[in-house]
Amino acid sequence: MLHHNRTGRHTGSRRGRTTALGALAGLGLALTSACSLESGADEGKSPTTVTLVTHDSWAVPEELVAEFEEESGYQLDVLPNGDAGEVTNKLVLTADNPLGDAVYGIDNTFAGRAVDEGVLASYTPSDGPASLADFALPGDGGDLLTPVDWSDVCVNVDDVWFRDEGIEPPRTLGDLTDPAYRGLFVTPGAASSSPGLAFLLATIAEYGEDGWEDYWRDLMANDVKLTSGWTDAYEVDFSAGPGGGDRPIVLSYSSSPPFTIPEGGSKPTTSALLDTCFRQVEYAGVLAGAENPAGAEALVDFLVSRDFQTALPDNMYVYPVDDEAPLPELWARWAPAAERPFQLDPEEVDAQRSDWLRAWSDLTGG
Amino acid sequence: MRLPSRSRLATAGLVGLAALIPLTVVVIFFVVPVVGMVGRGFFPDGELDVAGVADALLRPRVAHVVWFTLWSSSLATALTVLLGVPTAFVLYRLRFPGQALLRGLVTVPFVLPTVVVGVAFRTLLAGTGPLAFLGWDGTPAAIVAALVFFNLAVVVRTVGAHWEGLDRRREEAAAALGASPAQVLRTVTLPALVPAVVSAGTVVFLFCATAFGVVLTLGGVEYATVETEIYLLTTQFLDLQGAAALCVLQIVFVVVLLGLTRRVGQGSASVQRTSTAVRRTPAGRDVPALLVSALVVVAVAAPLVSLVVRSLRVDGSWSLEHYRALDGTTGVLSVPVTQALENSLRVAVDATLLAVVLGGTVAVLVTRRLRTPVARRAAATFDAVFMLPLGVSAVTVGFGLLVALDTPPLDFRGSPWLVPVAQALVAMPLVVRLLVPALRSVDERQREAAASLGAGTLRVLRTVDLPHARRALLAATGFAFAVSLGEFGATSFLSRPETVTLPVAVYQLVSRPGEDNFGAALAASVVLGLVTAAVVVLVERVRGGSLGGLS
Repeated sequence: MLHHNRTGRHTGSRRGRTTALGALAGLGLALTSACSLESGADEGKSPTTVTLVTHDSWAVPEELVAEFEEESGYQLDVLPNGDAGEVTNKLVLTADNPLGDAVYGIDNTFAGRAVDEGVLASYTPSDGPASLADFALPGDGGDLLTPVDWSDVCVNVDDVWFRDEGIEPPRTLGDLTDPAYRGLFVTPGAASSSPGLAFLLATIAEYGEDGWEDYWRDLMANDVKLTSGWTDAYEVDFSAGPGGGDRPIVLSYSSSPPFTIPEGGSKPTTSALLDTCFRQVEYAGVLAGAENPAGAEALVDFLVSRDFQTALPDNMYVYPVDDEAPLPELWARWAPAAERPFQLDPEEVDAQRSDWLRAWSDLTGG
Repeated sequence: MRLPSRSRLATAGLVGLAALIPLTVVVIFFVVPVVGMVGRGFFPDGELDVAGVADALLRPRVAHVVWFTLWSSSLATALTVLLGVPTAFVLYRLRFPGQALLRGLVTVPFVLPTVVVGVAFRTLLAGTGPLAFLGWDGTPAAIVAALVFFNLAVVVRTVGAHWEGLDRRREEAAAALGASPAQVLRTVTLPALVPAVVSAGTVVFLFCATAFGVVLTLGGVEYATVETEIYLLTTQFLDLQGAAALCVLQIVFVVVLLGLTRRVGQGSASVQRTSTAVRRTPAGRDVPALLVSALVVVAVAAPLVSLVVRSLRVDGSWSLEHYRALDGTTGVLSVPVTQALENSLRVAVDATLLAVVLGGTVAVLVTRRLRTPVARRAAATFDAVFMLPLGVSAVTVGFGLLVALDTPPLDFRGSPWLVPVAQALVAMPLVVRLLVPALRSVDERQREAAASLGAGTLRVLRTVDLPHARRALLAATGFAFAVSLGEFGATSFLSRPETVTLPVAVYQLVSRPGEDNFGAALAASVVLGLVTAAVVVLVERVRGGSLGGLS
């Protein structure tokens, strides 16, 4: 608005008009550059910086980042890029000119794609925790991706609701198609939600290539409710969620129950059905063609270090791959992991995902 | 007939120069990324494969998705206009206490994070909610209702800003000549409003057609639009051919829509405007309009009130705990919510400046009277280019920025200032749409008279155009600020952990378990709504101030 006042003085003469329009143009340019200056114009990546491409769930205390920067001598630049699928797809699309030096957040449902598309360079931390091996990516990609955290996607039930109704809660995937639980289950859809996809994969692992579609037909016939995301299912429809909905069975995580301990209470009002879980493992790796491969390797080392591993549950709500990293008390007590979670070969998931999702969408109207 | 003189040529050159700046911004930050992404779909292995894209277009699912997008957006737009125009009348033509607050109130939904509002809406509509009896949960009715809720502000503010400045004498003259109030409305008032209504309707339609969070949250998995489909194809399936096909469709939508609206919008006559607001106290004949706006206010306020109430409830009692949590790091966020708010405001200032300067330049250029058909067509194309960001998928642009802007001198990946630029691209079309009707209503003879008296281009702008467009300019500034504060789609792609904006922070909070995170998300949304309402009310206060002195 000010520029109208200022440039308005140049009136009448041709020269005035020229200057005025020029000033307007100049102002536009100045404004554009001013914006960039204000927010820090450091675009060039010097070898003193290491850039991490990660998912939106990245949440790490400042002290930890400072610790990494001090120990490694690199400044950490974090680029969140959506969920695991988005991160993977962006890396595939920018393979010729990578977005950063390292990646963290590719999970076992997208790992196959990242491995096949050659976006990763080989690296294995030399002194990572021994338990890394338990979570290693099976097949060819083992040397490309380092496991960092895991979580079990499980069906959760509202224990209070079932106790009040005097009904025995379900225990298995098969139970969910039992008419006794008709209209009680809500889950996010597989096409739009990553826990939703994990649940679909659990059913495929349980019922096999030939049986899962029948299972889903039965599930649909038993009036399952499908939402687009976890937030919706848990926070609106679940009877023990903040929205106090009308469905006492929900798809969530094995780590969800501790969050339902009421104020002043001593134990959760919900529990996870540990025979229904699909294990999601998240990996980190060095990007092929990284400008700072040494920094990327230091970063991967840091992600499996004891300090970082210990911080994972409280900050990102996932379990550490280091089985010696202490768990928060509530987790240790109320968030046991599945003993025999469902798993599928990441290569197979990658090869079949599109077909499975299309078939699933046709079945469910999604 | 005037011959092109040196001075005319010089002016033409300057016009070209002025056009070049906004054009450069839109080409670099929008056209190049979109072409980059769509190009990947058309050239899957480095070779042109039109058949592949055409096949993708012929999938049965596409027709289904396109049809749903078209009818839900059209219905939502029609309802928004039907409810918005009477509300604009009541809020901008009548005078009663509390009006400024109500204007702020109707703007709030526009900036609220769709995830949270979607959840708030669903809590009302789903199983145990107070509105469950409607049976709207997971149906198109809920989607359309939410689209109307979010977009009412566009119609109310665009039409309101235009209506407020209309000279009342024409209506009074018609009435004095014996026209009934209905006749005055039909023959004098409404024709004068057509350009503003068309402008607002166009923007609303594009917002609806590219709505993302609302459709996902309220439609469940059953209802897909072109936008949600592009998101799935790009982020999950990596089906770039399918995504490219739909993106081309979106571009066609925008072009056709602008072609259609241009015809309607341009025939309107210039109108006399006054620089001071002429508002009157409500009378008996205003009852229908008052009833509609009362309905609108209640419908807008209900979800907002439920949001506020829920943000104040902790374990069944009233508490400010969720608000107190906003200045601490919760573990989910790398910065406190208060820092996110500061980031939001900082970015919004940059984005608003950019959007208003660039959008203002575009609006001035496309409303100049042009004498040759070629020049008119060029101006129409120029105009359309700036509308495209509203109608094209944020996912395509977001991915495109990474794919296309990766080599110097255009290596912008990860630049922090991409955020204000991206927000400005979303706000700019709104600024243009708000200013164009006002500038078009200027009688060209006034400009010519001023020019013949020796006024230069800018003096004409200042003394003729600005007084006409003053309100629209204020409205545009407030709106650009609101767009920036509420923008989520592009921002979530571009922001860094340390510079997250408030909507991004809300989204992160709401996607985590725990009542505390959920409560903090609600509280942060309320803060966002309050800040927006405050900004809008403040901008309205500016009138009569320094700008008024110019007219």
